[in-house]
Amino acid sequence: MRHVVIVGASAAGVSCAEELRRGGFSERITIIGDEGHPPYDRPPLSKQFAAGAWDAGRCALRQESQLEKLGLEWHPGVAATALDRQGKTLVLADGREIGYDGLVIATGVSARRLSGYEPSDRIHYLRRLEDAARLRDAMSSAATVAVVGAGVLGSEIAATARGLGLQVTLIDPMPVPMLRQVGPALGAKLAELHAAKGVEVRTGNGVTRMEENGACLLTLSNGSAVKADVVLIAVGSVPNTGWLASSGLDLSDGVSCDEYLRAGPDGIVAAGDVASWQHLGLGRRVRVEHRTNASEQGQAAARTLLGERSPFCPIPFFWTDQYDVRIQVLGLPTATAELDVVSGSLGDDRFAGLYYDADVPVAAVTWNMPRETRRLRLALCGQ
Amino acid sequence: MKVEIDRAKCVASGQCVLAAPAVFDQDEEDGIVTLLTDEPSPADADGTHEAAFLCPAQAILVTG
Repeated sequence: MRHVVIVGASAAGVSCAEELRRGGFSERITIIGDEGHPPYDRPPLSKQFAAGAWDAGRCALRQESQLEKLGLEWHPGVAATALDRQGKTLVLADGREIGYDGLVIATGVSARRLSGYEPSDRIHYLRRLEDAARLRDAMSSAATVAVVGAGVLGSEIAATARGLGLQVTLIDPMPVPMLRQVGPALGAKLAELHAAKGVEVRTGNGVTRMEENGACLLTLSNGSAVKADVVLIAVGSVPNTGWLASSGLDLSDGVSCDEYLRAGPDGIVAAGDVASWQHLGLGRRVRVEHRTNASEQGQAAARTLLGERSPFCPIPFFWTDQYDVRIQVLGLPTATAELDVVSGSLGDDRFAGLYYDADVPVAAVTWNMPRETRRLRLALCGQ
Repeated sequence: MKVEIDRAKCVASGQCVLAAPAVFDQDEEDGIVTLLTDEPSPADADGTHEAAFLCPAQAILVTG
């Protein structure tokens, strides 16, 4: 292998490059990213950056000197548009062609768009630094914000906007915020938290219509109306696989990989939000859009390219900070899992619990008890 | 080898303690990283680098 090309210059792509170098790969590494900035980190975008507390420099993924040491050939600000697997060649948006021996697909996801609602001065989506800067600027001169979608991102933005003193309405067709990530009991606790902080929580309601006329006027499925200066739509994401459409790769859930993160037999691996893989520990195919997974999976993909054969089976982990509450989740709570609080109680402002599915612990959560997360990891590893 | 931490950036994920338990710990209350030593021994070098690579908040800087 003389030349590895990494498509995607965010957490997964950068960690893959670092691991290739750590593993002794001294040949060419080219990294291609469609964003023009140096690599940056996304978790602060919905929190410190959107609040105006941190600037873009503070969100940098690595210091310039750290990146320089890796000896990479950078192609920022240009997207890959096609992959020719027979010719082992990538086509870039500016017409250039780049050959590879090993290919890493780490192109991430995009914010899912609601059809008919393009981004505007009032309507926002959040994925990239530019999105966050636009949202930050819009919120700085707004009085009211409607957040459509109460997943992790929407819930964080609701908390950030509330922290800026805005009037906030949080809307989702599900009965409680973050239902899919934390289940009904914790979701209800989150709804209480947001309400206690002054957010108008309208979960259990979809948006049936949205009109832009001076302000945004949203009509909800229960017939009620919400008026907002700014609307953030956070309704999930879509894997960035359009450029691979003619590649012959399995794109049924992002880029489908085997347990070693191989997308095909021909030196192609994938990592990060875009990659689904066969998780031998969970016994099923998963695609995980968590920040820590991007780093770990980037590393694992590098090791596979270097010839190691070790299946990638991490315990998924994410955290979310909302107001003064730090929530951490290990594992993937299933829809039928029941939460058993093992430390404190659900009514406290600090507690920890395990999710059981058919008497088997499948996930753990801590609420303002981050140190406890590590201890609960052992309970999950015992499986 | 020297290691520095930025507690303002730390998100209390605990990844560093998993990677290098002799070097990093977490505050009992808020889970924010604390250093057990700022000059890890050679035996902890790999784990310390791993912690810096895996930190999801870029709160660890390893030099030397």
